[in-house]
Amino acid sequence: MEIIWFCIVAAMIATYVVLDGFDIGAGIVHLYVARDDAERRKVIRSVGPVWDGNEVWLLAGGGVLYFAFPGLYASSFSGFYLPLMIVLWLLILRALSIELRNAIDAPTWRPFWDAGFFGASALLAILFGGALGNVVRGVPLDKNGDFFLPLWTNFRVQADAGILDWYTISVGALAFLTLTQHGSLWVVYKTDGAIRERALKLVKPLWAAILLATIAVTVMSWSVQPQIPANFAAYPWGYVFPALALAGLGWIAASGFGKKELNSFLGSVLYIAGMLTSAAFGIFPDVLPAIGEPGNSLTIYNTAASPYGLKVGLGWWIPGIILATGYTVYVYRSMRGKVSLEEGGH
Amino acid sequence: MDTALAIHRFHFAFTVTYHYIFPPLTMGLALLMAILKTMYIRTGKEHYNDSAKFWAKIFAVNFAMGVVTGIPMEFQFGTNWSRFSKAAGGVIGHTLAMEGVYSFFLESSFLGLFLFGEKKLGKIGHWITSLCVFAGSWLSGFFIIATNAWMQHPVGYTRGPNGEIQLESFWALMLNPWTFWQYAHNMTAAVFLAAVVMASIGCFYLLNRRHEEYGRSFVRMGVITGFITSVLLLMPTGDGQGKMVARHQPVALAAMEGLFETRQGAPIAILGQPDIEKQRLDNPLTIPNMLSFITYRHWTAEVKGLDAFPRDQWPDNIPLLFYSFHIMVGLGTIFIAIMTIAAFLLWRGKLFHSRPMLWVLMLLLPFPYIATTAGWMTAELGRQPWLIYGLMRTADGSSPHVSSGNAMFSLLGFMGMYTVLSILFLFLCYRVIDKGPEQAGAAAHY
Repeated sequence: MEIIWFCIVAAMIATYVVLDGFDIGAGIVHLYVARDDAERRKVIRSVGPVWDGNEVWLLAGGGVLYFAFPGLYASSFSGFYLPLMIVLWLLILRALSIELRNAIDAPTWRPFWDAGFFGASALLAILFGGALGNVVRGVPLDKNGDFFLPLWTNFRVQADAGILDWYTISVGALAFLTLTQHGSLWVVYKTDGAIRERALKLVKPLWAAILLATIAVTVMSWSVQPQIPANFAAYPWGYVFPALALAGLGWIAASGFGKKELNSFLGSVLYIAGMLTSAAFGIFPDVLPAIGEPGNSLTIYNTAASPYGLKVGLGWWIPGIILATGYTVYVYRSMRGKVSLEEGGH
Repeated sequence: MDTALAIHRFHFAFTVTYHYIFPPLTMGLALLMAILKTMYIRTGKEHYNDSAKFWAKIFAVNFAMGVVTGIPMEFQFGTNWSRFSKAAGGVIGHTLAMEGVYSFFLESSFLGLFLFGEKKLGKIGHWITSLCVFAGSWLSGFFIIATNAWMQHPVGYTRGPNGEIQLESFWALMLNPWTFWQYAHNMTAAVFLAAVVMASIGCFYLLNRRHEEYGRSFVRMGVITGFITSVLLLMPTGDGQGKMVARHQPVALAAMEGLFETRQGAPIAILGQPDIEKQRLDNPLTIPNMLSFITYRHWTAEVKGLDAFPRDQWPDNIPLLFYSFHIMVGLGTIFIAIMTIAAFLLWRGKLFHSRPMLWVLMLLLPFPYIATTAGWMTAELGRQPWLIYGLMRTADGSSPHVSSGNAMFSLLGFMGMYTVLSILFLFLCYRVIDKGPEQAGAAAHY
């Protein structure tokens, strides 16, 4: 039962990254690909009706994590206190930037929110990557399963760790590149004309950088977290997850780096899902490894709620998620096609 | 008191009080907009549809504020209250996760369609989206109240081997009797607040002689809804909620009423200042025997005072609890009086010519917000010193490793950020109101 909920939480978080990832990515590239007001509005329109729903996957995934693994939620949220507070402020700034930019047509108003949309999106991409890096590297858990990390100490891994060290910054950089490509492919898929051309040109260099960074981060992860090579050695079928990530990259290349719009975007989806599931598989059954004292690690077993709670949870989660998926599909279908700025378009 | 604990408490109190400025109007307007859309379907009058569109704009601004200030609430359970979350997450995690899965998806998916999809969806489709937005926001309220009700009156749990609190009965959690009255009272208050906002803006238009046709219909709808809900707030919902407190949190009731001594035929205090040191109510203005009657329907029933309980069970801020409760009840009484007069004038066809009454209704705007906040402060201060009533003290729930310095850093951050949000919110609402319903839906949102 713990394993089922581990998979559910991982799947919900992966869905969040795939969905909110493209609107974060669109925020990262919009200053570059969209030069004038009409172009910027097109980018905003491509994410405006869906960004809020995408973010709900974070809230719902967090809620499910809370009830299924309360020990993990409590320990990780209090231990990552400062970066989570910064994430909250960035989420607020980003939401305001998207929702308020068109409220007033003035040269002191719109560029301000455009810059906010870019800055908050870029920092969120790096912070989310850094968070994943922390979960893979592990944190200095005490015997109660608690810890507290400052934002940075000496940027070295393991010895007196901070949230930012060279490893977690590397993962943050990879996440930034990945979501930038994801957002570019979304913009290519949803727009036409000059914006699409500029976004399309970004894909190939990003793809090459991601390939190199993926190899580098994989090598680092293998040495930073010994559980990863151990898991892949013990259960070789797990190589299917990194293989999915590589297949995703291959699909993007085979689709002409964005020329086949939907296929390239789906390749990026596959790559992100493959990378996240690889990380989850690599540290399993830990959900937050301990640095120093492996016995203090938080696992799915020592953080899970009671068996009754987990069982009854499936009873409401399954119908609920079917409904939620239905709404999500319906909303995306109702805004399919390229965005236009005409009245009544989306 | 430990400084870190004090900051964690103020951190949550500040962010949740600020957050709850927005959801009552969202939930109340969701109902009123669904009614307006239904009236449009039934009568075919564009007036109703334009009114719904105008309120949808106010709704959208409020909803966005509610979302961005609501996300920090879910996070804070983990960041600032980790011992509480570790112990109780297996129970209240259910209601919080269900809010995400059942109501946030519904709300976020259909709000976009409701705001921007009228042409695409057609008349009936658009009406259905208004019902979905209504259902989503009211479900959200239900799950949050169910969470709070469990903290007020924990049910359906057992203790695990390490003292963690485990869910024993899902249906006991969902059907907690406390939830029923608290939800009824809270949602009635939300509708009342929205009704007052609607009437108040209607009066603003009438007194400024602008958009007068809309002004009259806003006042009419606001006063009728406001009259009905102001009465429902007292009976049966407020009364039912009060009886729950009397039965399950008698020490909170004694503190709310400023009753220091156990008495038969206890009086009710209208005004006064609790003096904790001398254990008495200074300058009391009381009605004899009234507290016994409203609590037990018996003029001479015994009501337990604070002296009947050990001091470590007393709520830790009795004066603030006393004032919060009295502000809520006092305003509630004034609301009934004003709404009864307004409804009477409306019925006699004199309301729109009675400028003093229009002024009163216009200036009523902030008071339901104060009453709602005071009501929540009553509930939360009355629960002290417990985080989960009888099970976990507030002092035992905070995050052990988050220092006062780190907590103050984020507290100041939120205070700064929310100051900016307030300015933007007022500015954007004023713009919508100033433009008026006639141009509603003119400019594109994105």
